[in-house]
Amino acid sequence: MNDPKYTGQEFKVIGSRVKRPDGIDKVTGRARYGADMNAPGQLVALMLRSPHAHARIKKIDISKAEKLPGVKAVITAADLPDLTDGNAGLFDTLENSMARDRALYDGHAVAGVAAIDKSTAKKALKLIKVTYEKLPHVTDVDEALEDNAPIIQPRYATEGQHGNLINKGEFGQGDIDQGFAEADVIVERSYKTGQTHQGYIEPHACLASVSPDGTGELWVTTQGHYSYRSTCAQLLGMDIAKLKVTSSEIGGGFGGKTHVWMEPIALALSRKANRPVKMVMSREEVFKASGPTCSTSMEIKIGAKKDGTIVAARAECRYMNGAFPGMWGTLGGMTAFACYSIPNNKAIGVNVLCNRPKVAAYRAPSAPMMAFGVESTIDQLSKELGMDPVELRLKNVAREGTQAPYGPVWGPIGIEPTLEAVRDHPHMKAKLGKNQGRGVACGFWFNIGGQTCSDLNIGSDGTVNLTVGTIDVGGARASLAMIAAEELGITYDDVKVNIGDTSSLGHNDTTEGSRGTFSSGMATIFAARKAVEVLKERAAKMWQIPVESVIWEGGSARATGQEHSNLPPLTLKDIAKKAGSTGGPIAGHHEATVEGAGVSFASHIVDVEVDPETGKTQILRYTVVQDAGKAIHPDYVEGQFQGAAAQGIGWALNEEYIYGKDGRLQNAGFLDYRMPVCSDLPSIDTKILEIPNPGHPYGIRGVGETSIVPPLGAIGNAVSNAVGVRMYQVPMSPPRILQALDEATV
Amino acid sequence: MEVFLSGAVRDTVDGLTSVEVEAKTIRELLTRLIDRYPKLENHLEEGIAVAIDGTIIRDDWETPIPEGSEVFLFPRIVGG
Repeated sequence: MNDPKYTGQEFKVIGSRVKRPDGIDKVTGRARYGADMNAPGQLVALMLRSPHAHARIKKIDISKAEKLPGVKAVITAADLPDLTDGNAGLFDTLENSMARDRALYDGHAVAGVAAIDKSTAKKALKLIKVTYEKLPHVTDVDEALEDNAPIIQPRYATEGQHGNLINKGEFGQGDIDQGFAEADVIVERSYKTGQTHQGYIEPHACLASVSPDGTGELWVTTQGHYSYRSTCAQLLGMDIAKLKVTSSEIGGGFGGKTHVWMEPIALALSRKANRPVKMVMSREEVFKASGPTCSTSMEIKIGAKKDGTIVAARAECRYMNGAFPGMWGTLGGMTAFACYSIPNNKAIGVNVLCNRPKVAAYRAPSAPMMAFGVESTIDQLSKELGMDPVELRLKNVAREGTQAPYGPVWGPIGIEPTLEAVRDHPHMKAKLGKNQGRGVACGFWFNIGGQTCSDLNIGSDGTVNLTVGTIDVGGARASLAMIAAEELGITYDDVKVNIGDTSSLGHNDTTEGSRGTFSSGMATIFAARKAVEVLKERAAKMWQIPVESVIWEGGSARATGQEHSNLPPLTLKDIAKKAGSTGGPIAGHHEATVEGAGVSFASHIVDVEVDPETGKTQILRYTVVQDAGKAIHPDYVEGQFQGAAAQGIGWALNEEYIYGKDGRLQNAGFLDYRMPVCSDLPSIDTKILEIPNPGHPYGIRGVGETSIVPPLGAIGNAVSNAVGVRMYQVPMSPPRILQALDEATV
Repeated sequence: MEVFLSGAVRDTVDGLTSVEVEAKTIRELLTRLIDRYPKLENHLEEGIAVAIDGTIIRDDWETPIPEGSEVFLFPRIVGG
């Protein structure tokens, strides 16, 4: 009953395009986001943030702010003792929430205020006097590794290597030197990518309430309320069970809401003031003090035989982690050559600290940057070889049985089918005009499982409540309702999915790594199957026959055997109606550490037109081909493909954190940080391929992240083909394109 | 059984690309590796993943390792 293996079953509900359950609430404004919750007597909290990229905090005087009428609490790091018990990662989170002896980046919080209204809180911030001693700073990943660069976190410095170099993750197989010695053609290039933000519409927001009895509640926009609960409880010395965290509706996360930012401070202020505290980040704060992705700098080298067989590949990419270490370079190293079968390959991801905000995950974190370098180099290699770039990729593509660069041997995977679909797509045959170019690129992402549990309860009228602990960021409620309906044999409309708060279910891992529908889907299948067993027992009782004579078919219990042939089927509703007299409520529950997530691959095609006078790039046509395993709800799957491609387009063409020489962020707002809007985007075509994941009963793979990986490379190739000059830096913004054109004509 | 290591996990076993260990479950494997290479224990806090014959296991340490399996250790994967 709990076997997660793929069975190839046929579906009635799965694969259809049912109405989304949250649509009406979202378009009418009834949906409650992070900032939409209020409590009697609540205070408004604001944060004072460092105006310096790097500074010693010599003194903070809060006395005047505390005396201001209407101010109920002011806190600094002095109010947040280190309770992390040597846990380095947790201490980083504490220090990032509130600067301790040093401010480590422009926007780093140094004090928090809770007051009766926003105006009073603003006045109080102005009354806090911070005495800083400015320190040298560095915001560029390569400059951070120069000999004279300031050391950002001395506690992480290792003897024998640069103090800002945290670690290197090295992956690959074979003999690189031997491989390059065998190559007829070698292309070696350097690339850079800018730092981008996930750009979710909803800023970080929460309502915190801590009682003197040590219990607390947190209403918050998050991708992982269980993780927020444990982190906040540990930082504040609370019992995990006494802090209830409820996830609000979420206005986008893309990895940026997998991590606490100001939430521990809101709880600490509430505890000190003994009043509920609401805290909402401004957009400027979101840019400056939440978790954007890494900027990078890299060298890629690929060598091939004349016939196009790639015999060696090497990548080394430095990932700017901000002021606190992460594993971003490691992930980049693992993904670099995952699409290909290359006998001798080595990828090194390097984690580097800078005076920028702590980096967080961003949709397939670290993979898009490495893919930009690798896919750009493969395109140049195809030109050197005189081969079609898609054929070159197909000649070297990874297949079932290929060893992944990070070790395991692939099972059934979809990179070859996506490339074949690209090769055969009408888009590839469409004619291009003047100043137009076409690019293709591939991408890979792992996907993950993790701790998950769900509760399925059948009501007396036969409708079903499914409670899960994974946040619905991209349509999970629709998909999970469909799965429950499929298993029980009822209609989609008879299932209502709720996201439970942290007190209603056991631990659930964060919705990240495209795990929500995969993991909670698995838990839902098995919870529903347990409920079906109960339904069969109840039907047996109602019929007064042995349960072994009852089967479940098409949403009804059926009695088997000739002696029961006169018994009409009992529907789920019939059985639910009698639940009280046959044993009580009917439910199914399942908890597991879900494993077996299926990796995912995508190949993209893009056409662009570049205005040589202004350097502006217009995306003319875009096609995404991705392996989804089994597409539960194709609308949502297509939406994920399109959303990921749109974010990749913004990253490729315009989005970038721009720092001044003073180390301060110059464009912390949507007017200056240029995300794509509707007029920048064509209708993005999608093609879903379904190569079942053998580790899931329905064959599901995660679909949310992979398609942000290819756009940087695909657009880089398209722009380079359009202007006749290779682009080595992302974003390919108009000034950068004009500069490349100017340099090419010199 | 030969266990292959990659990424920062390799640094905890003196830079070796593979080590010989006898184990029937992931828990047994990690326990024996930590006995031999104590630095690996610190790495477990940051997270580790194990691939057994191509299937990646991130969390379930009770997962059995069939005889003759191909086993890889690498850093735990997160996502966005």
